[in-house]
Amino acid sequence: MAAIEIVGLEKTYHVGFWRKRPKCALRPLDLNVEAGEIFGLLGPNGAGKTTTLKLLMGLVFPTAGSARILGVEINHPGMKAQIGFLPEQPYFYDHLTACELLDYYALLSGVGAKERRRKIDEVLARVGLRDASGLQLRKFSKGMLQRVGIAQAIVHDPRVLFFDEPMSGLDPIGRREVRDLMEELKQQGKTVFFSTHILSDAETLCDRVAILHLGELRGVGAVADLTSSVEGKVEIIWHGSSIPASLKPLTSECHLTGDTVRAIVREANQDAAIDALREQGVRILSLTPVRTSLEEYFVRKLKLSETAAGVGL
Amino acid sequence: MRTRIACIASNTFREAVRDRVLYNLIAFALLMSGAAVLVGQISIGIERLVVVNLGLSAISLFGIVIAIFIGIGLVSKEIEKRTLYTVLSRPVGRWEFIVGKFFGLAGTLVVNTGLMAIGVFAALLYVSRALEPAEVWILVGLYFIILQFLMITAIALFFSSFSSPLLSAVFAFSSFVIGSFAEDLHGFADTAQGASRWLATAAAYLVPNFSSLNVITSVAHQQPVTRQLIVSNSLYALVYTGMVLCGAVLIFERRNLK
Repeated sequence: MAAIEIVGLEKTYHVGFWRKRPKCALRPLDLNVEAGEIFGLLGPNGAGKTTTLKLLMGLVFPTAGSARILGVEINHPGMKAQIGFLPEQPYFYDHLTACELLDYYALLSGVGAKERRRKIDEVLARVGLRDASGLQLRKFSKGMLQRVGIAQAIVHDPRVLFFDEPMSGLDPIGRREVRDLMEELKQQGKTVFFSTHILSDAETLCDRVAILHLGELRGVGAVADLTSSVEGKVEIIWHGSSIPASLKPLTSECHLTGDTVRAIVREANQDAAIDALREQGVRILSLTPVRTSLEEYFVRKLKLSETAAGVGL
Repeated sequence: MRTRIACIASNTFREAVRDRVLYNLIAFALLMSGAAVLVGQISIGIERLVVVNLGLSAISLFGIVIAIFIGIGLVSKEIEKRTLYTVLSRPVGRWEFIVGKFFGLAGTLVVNTGLMAIGVFAALLYVSRALEPAEVWILVGLYFIILQFLMITAIALFFSSFSSPLLSAVFAFSSFVIGSFAEDLHGFADTAQGASRWLATAAAYLVPNFSSLNVITSVAHQQPVTRQLIVSNSLYALVYTGMVLCGAVLIFERRNLK
């Protein structure tokens, strides 16, 4: 069963004071996210990622279309007990301590009194805030607030998690910890739906991604599929300090770093290149097909959509 | 449902307390102790009257200021800081949020009023040396002040549910000022003619009638308040507050939280 089903979800805002003019934030979006997967919603700023999340959370109302989470219409109270949400750049009640904040959210989610204490301790330890549990949030750093944000999203043990830019504002260690936590959630069978514009995070974490641009879905699929479009080239790396003359006509690019050389050759020239290297008696370290990175795929999609928008104009 | 409303209300109360809202009690305590000491020196025979008048007026003024300035931020601040997003993504109805916020602030005002009332009675005891049975009407005056607080809190919350804090403050404060002259508005409607009569009548019924809830002068003079007035004022304040809260909920239920 799909954990999240989005059918023709659309949002148009009306901006302006007197003469209100429509501004389309999200064009009809159709998307399915399977249970237990980590799904990344990618796109540049203003692509419609946060609007999609707000629509799913019932914070804004769709102009058209519908969405179901765990088979239930969004905004159903029973469904909301099963989801956790981390907004972008979270800010919480700064008069509360981390412990009090989690108690507040757990209570709102219907967690019983006996369970609450245990879950709060567990979650605080998990996000590395056990020592800061009695500290008021006004004294928290940005990274600590992001952690407490994640803690509030998982304190009631939801089945589906929505994170809006969970890595933004975090240092490399913090980002790594969030990635590990998301992996851990996936291993527990949770579904994680998150938006990001940090492509390396998406590439490392996601089972599938969707690319949004100008409020429109530009591509969706498994990261492996999107990035496996082999470009008909292979990368050869060998030990050495020079490029054999017989290899030069076969390569499109060559880089010398320390005592290793990296060359890109067309697949058709692969055998000839290996023979040329063997003739020189060098040790070949690796031979790998060149794959499109998620970043390259992303940029290509964005350029295509911008060109299409330009043609449309 | 009740648990969630109580949870939001207690968080609102805790926020107000930790944001040092109750620090106004220090200003009030200074005012009352200063008045109690000074009044004995500058007035003869009317010390009690001055203390009750000043005390109840100060309670009313402090409370109205708190109700407006906290009430207007109850919703807008939560949207601005995005704390509302994490609340409404849980099984919490928007109406529960509004009602919880209302009870939280109303609770803060009741506690604040209770503590100030202790100050008034202490000052009264200091200047009169003894409390008379007629002082019980001061309690009725305090009760009416609390009813005013409930109404103005609901009004501030209503404006906060759809407009900016600045506009909400202007609207809520205007409602309080016009409402304090509601009886005069009724009087004007009776004497006016044609369209202005209709307009004045509509405005008189629309704005909160704070003038009928103001019995400070009569209780200061130890005049009794009729049971009929207590009942009618209670019903009026509860119905008015309920209607304004319903309006706030209706607007907030349809609002896109951009």
